[in-house]
Amino acid sequence: MFFLLIHPVQVNKRNNLITRSASSAAHQKVCVVGGGPAGFYTAQHLLKACQDVQVDIYERLPVPFGLVRFGVAPDHPEVKNVISTFTQTAHHARCCYYGNVNVGTDVSVEELREAYHAVVLSYGAEGNRSMGVPGEDLEGVYPAKDFVGWYNGLPSNRELNPGLDCETAVILGQGNVALDVARILLSPIDELKKTDITQRSLDALAQSQVRRVLIVGRRGPLQIAGTIKELREMVNLPDTKPEMVASEFEGMAEALKVIPRPRKRLTELMLKTAVDPPAEKERQRRQAASRSWGLRFLRSPLEVLAGPDGARVAGIRLAVNRLEGTGDGSVAVPTGEVETMDCGLVITSIGYKSLPIDPAVPFDPRKAIVPNSLGRVQQAAGLYCSGWLKTGPVGVIATTMNNSFDTAHSVVEDLTSGCLDATSAKPGSTGIGPLLDKRGVKPVSFSDWEKINQEERRRGAAQGKPREKLLDVEEMLKTART
Amino acid sequence: RLKTSSGTNLVPCVKLCWKILELRGRCPVRFDMSDNKVTVHFVNRDGEKITAKGSPGDSLLDLVINEDLDFDGFGACEGTLACSTCHLVFSEEVYEKLGPVTDEEMDMLDLAYGLTDTSRLGCQVCLTRALEGMEARVPESVADIRQTQDSSS
Repeated sequence: MFFLLIHPVQVNKRNNLITRSASSAAHQKVCVVGGGPAGFYTAQHLLKACQDVQVDIYERLPVPFGLVRFGVAPDHPEVKNVISTFTQTAHHARCCYYGNVNVGTDVSVEELREAYHAVVLSYGAEGNRSMGVPGEDLEGVYPAKDFVGWYNGLPSNRELNPGLDCETAVILGQGNVALDVARILLSPIDELKKTDITQRSLDALAQSQVRRVLIVGRRGPLQIAGTIKELREMVNLPDTKPEMVASEFEGMAEALKVIPRPRKRLTELMLKTAVDPPAEKERQRRQAASRSWGLRFLRSPLEVLAGPDGARVAGIRLAVNRLEGTGDGSVAVPTGEVETMDCGLVITSIGYKSLPIDPAVPFDPRKAIVPNSLGRVQQAAGLYCSGWLKTGPVGVIATTMNNSFDTAHSVVEDLTSGCLDATSAKPGSTGIGPLLDKRGVKPVSFSDWEKINQEERRRGAAQGKPREKLLDVEEMLKTART
Repeated sequence: RLKTSSGTNLVPCVKLCWKILELRGRCPVRFDMSDNKVTVHFVNRDGEKITAKGSPGDSLLDLVINEDLDFDGFGACEGTLACSTCHLVFSEEVYEKLGPVTDEEMDMLDLAYGLTDTSRLGCQVCLTRALEGMEARVPESVADIRQTQDSSS
């Protein structure tokens, strides 16, 4: 039997979803800003730990799930299975999702703090770290976050139109995002067309002339931030061959003896790919391959070089480094030597960056995080943070999950210890609803999202894809209101 | 004991039908041949022992889900080798009996916090009769000092 959760719903004459009267009975009101994994995991933990808490999740876009929708690569659908647990959380009687609400412009953090006992900021990292070198603004240079957003249907990146009519692409950075970008650039189209990659980017990639991708890092092979699963996917990518510089791996075999297993296996795979003569079958496979990829080490960007038109990238000048120190703590130091790589596409994958969204929230511009201790924002009682905004933009979904559980734990501690004034009544969403209404902001409910979801799946089914994402906020809103 | 007039044993057929109904959620009663169950003792993050029974062929993740065991965040990717949240730790003796580890499992296990030489991912360990009474520890998923780490380094 299907278990139907029926919530009595109050709807005003403009059809705005303000509150669920079944849930306003919960006395403790917590608001989560950001509907990505951090937001949902924080909510999940709060709801489980406290039987008297109502959790409202505010999300800027109409659609939820943040980087699970816009960051995880289209050919990694299993990673997105966490969406089932988020959906369960959203359906919880004491949880309410409000999409299409921009905290910072539609409603301030101060207003949220007045309406809720606790506010958890989980809005992640929407900015990019820049290289800070001349030529960064040339055509053909894209932050990885934007390129990923483009193929994953993030509305603000839908017009990116990256130029793919060059042979060589250089990616700066060697983390998993860099490896994802390389893989998407070189994957056979037949593989990609079964995924939820946007049709627009699929069409562009089908016309792409990119045949060679170099993934460049400041430090050495032992410092690469990517993980073995993603590296193995490159090694096994059909119709591609590795193009490594064996001399860059000198001395690695010795180092292998003393490192922990995860780093060891990753390094062994790199060594095998770069240095070992391949078995006959692999040798033939490589010879027949039409595309190539390689890792390059000890190189930092100095300048992006324009071609004859002065507007488009044609190459990149790199400083050659040496390493000081060993292991994770080692530092890249320029040797003075310089090198140039020809390329027509540069993708910088050197880190996402959180941005301040509200002047009332303390922000550390150097670390680009909200300063906190165990998720409690410093000098701001009742204000918390979780996810990348708390720790910096590093880690996989499981890392964010644990980090969010930790913050939720701090909130629960404070709600029960009395250091938050949880006994006095707070209006929660009934305090915010009228403000949004007055400002002409119409929140999108979770069941509205489910209409968008259904429409995306319907469109995708027509193309043999799991979904065809709506790329436009207006279109999302129109679908939500049907 | 159920036979057709020609002597065909209908018990396997009844069991199959029951299993199908069970899987489709319409039949809440498990067809429980208790001599076919394997007992597993989980030790949770608070050190408490939780005993559960599963069928041979079930993975340890299946068992956690079927028995609704309350381990925070366990099995996020639903058993598809896309995360490390079903990380479990075993004694050497039990570990030896668990069977071979694929590269694919090892790749994800490598990301698990508190990785040991006797760690496995629960979604890849399937119950056999030989594992009767085994113990599986759910390890901590964050540092004791409550600082998260970049799991890729």
